[in-house]
Amino acid sequence: MSVQNLNTFDPFADEADPLGANQDVGAQQNYIHIRIQQRNGRKTLTTLQGLPREYDAKKLLKAFKKEFACNGTLVDDEEMGQVIQLQGDQRTKISNFLTEEGIPRNTIKLHGF
Amino acid sequence: MASEEPLFDPSLKKRSKKKTVAFSEDPLGADADPTTPAPALDDTTTNGDGVDLGPKTVHEQMKQNGVADADEADAKEAKEDDEFKAMFGDLKKKKKKKELPLDLVDEGSGTSIPTVVPAAGEDLDFSDLKKKKKSSKKKAAFDLEAFEKELNQSKAKDVVAGEEEEGEEGELHEVDEAELGEDPFARGEAPTGVDAGTEPWLGTDRDYTYQELLTRFYHSLHASNPSLLTSTGKRYTIAPPSIHREGNKKSIFANITDICKRMHRQPEHVIQYLFAELGTTGSVDGSGRLVIRGRFQQKQIENVLRRYIVEYVTCKTCKSPDTLLTKENRIFFMACESCGSRRSVNAIKSGFQAQVGKRSKNRTG
Repeated sequence: MSVQNLNTFDPFADEADPLGANQDVGAQQNYIHIRIQQRNGRKTLTTLQGLPREYDAKKLLKAFKKEFACNGTLVDDEEMGQVIQLQGDQRTKISNFLTEEGIPRNTIKLHGF
Repeated sequence: MASEEPLFDPSLKKRSKKKTVAFSEDPLGADADPTTPAPALDDTTTNGDGVDLGPKTVHEQMKQNGVADADEADAKEAKEDDEFKAMFGDLKKKKKKKELPLDLVDEGSGTSIPTVVPAAGEDLDFSDLKKKKKSSKKKAAFDLEAFEKELNQSKAKDVVAGEEEEGEEGELHEVDEAELGEDPFARGEAPTGVDAGTEPWLGTDRDYTYQELLTRFYHSLHASNPSLLTSTGKRYTIAPPSIHREGNKKSIFANITDICKRMHRQPEHVIQYLFAELGTTGSVDGSGRLVIRGRFQQKQIENVLRRYIVEYVTCKTCKSPDTLLTKENRIFFMACESCGSRRSVNAIKSGFQAQVGKRSKNRTG
């Protein structure tokens, strides 16, 4: 006679995993996301996430800072990897800069209002 | 500081002030999602607005005009055949060559361009160019005969025109010339007065391509039904979001339930998207209004809603807003009610959230 309490129970057993082992199902992994966040007052923060590996984020940040005349920093996030943070709303400027440097526009996603 | 000033929207585009916000179903708009393959979708249509028309109306119109058009076309083709024997269509071709640069300039402001979408003008040009390239390859096979005649007869002008074209398109010289010879798409946006019956390929003996016939169809369609171009009945309109300020740091989105009902979407989904896009947080108060942290203006929210609609409401295949969003196995699927297509949509991800505000507040939480 089996003791019911001792049975192992997998809560996700009946939930078939549609993704399987495939990591690319989300299909969002290749986009460069440019976001904006409001700070206090009329201040904003622009973040650039998902930069491809072949670009040096540090050098890019330096170029951004010089080009847009703003300060910025490089943030290491556990999930998102390296994220460039810039002061002020630099979204369109970033997107123009990146497209001029040869990054296809359809890989850049501009978020925010 | 006056809080009503447009503080946060340096990048916003100016929109015409309307009472009801018309969310155009065309992802080609200026604020369209860059990830949607907009021009590719349009390939099969002759001018941008073909997409905007619901399939139903086009069908109805086809039925209405089918008989008349067929008769007309038959008569014309018979006539053109005679002409063709007489003058071999060469004069016509040459004329087209001279017109071509003018047409390219005119495209932006052509009166016949049915711009239902405000920004469709530029997009039309792109799709036009694209179509040209596409068609040139197809037609290169068809046109060998005509092309050789062209080569013999037209020298200097062709070279000049060809080079001009090359500067723009970067195509092969030969292909360009063949295309220049009888390119119906260069005149795709020509005034409606000269269309339908004056296509340069009518006089020739080759097979018609699908694109050409489609162009012809739309021309005669719009020529006989000018009301189609200006009809606003099919446009998808929802009430503009009403945004009020609560205090200094919160905005209230009052009619979110109405808008969600109108879009047939769960408010939770819309709210999730709004918060992810705006990079903020908020809550729903007792009377169903959404309280958003941060200061937002109506047009900013409107912009985000527009993108929501493009991504999660309109069907990518037929542009119809009659879609259902269902969740299966943690993935959202959008099924179209009118065309039956079904596709998965991106999950909403808020992405990286920078540290805003005091760190000490976060530490304790």
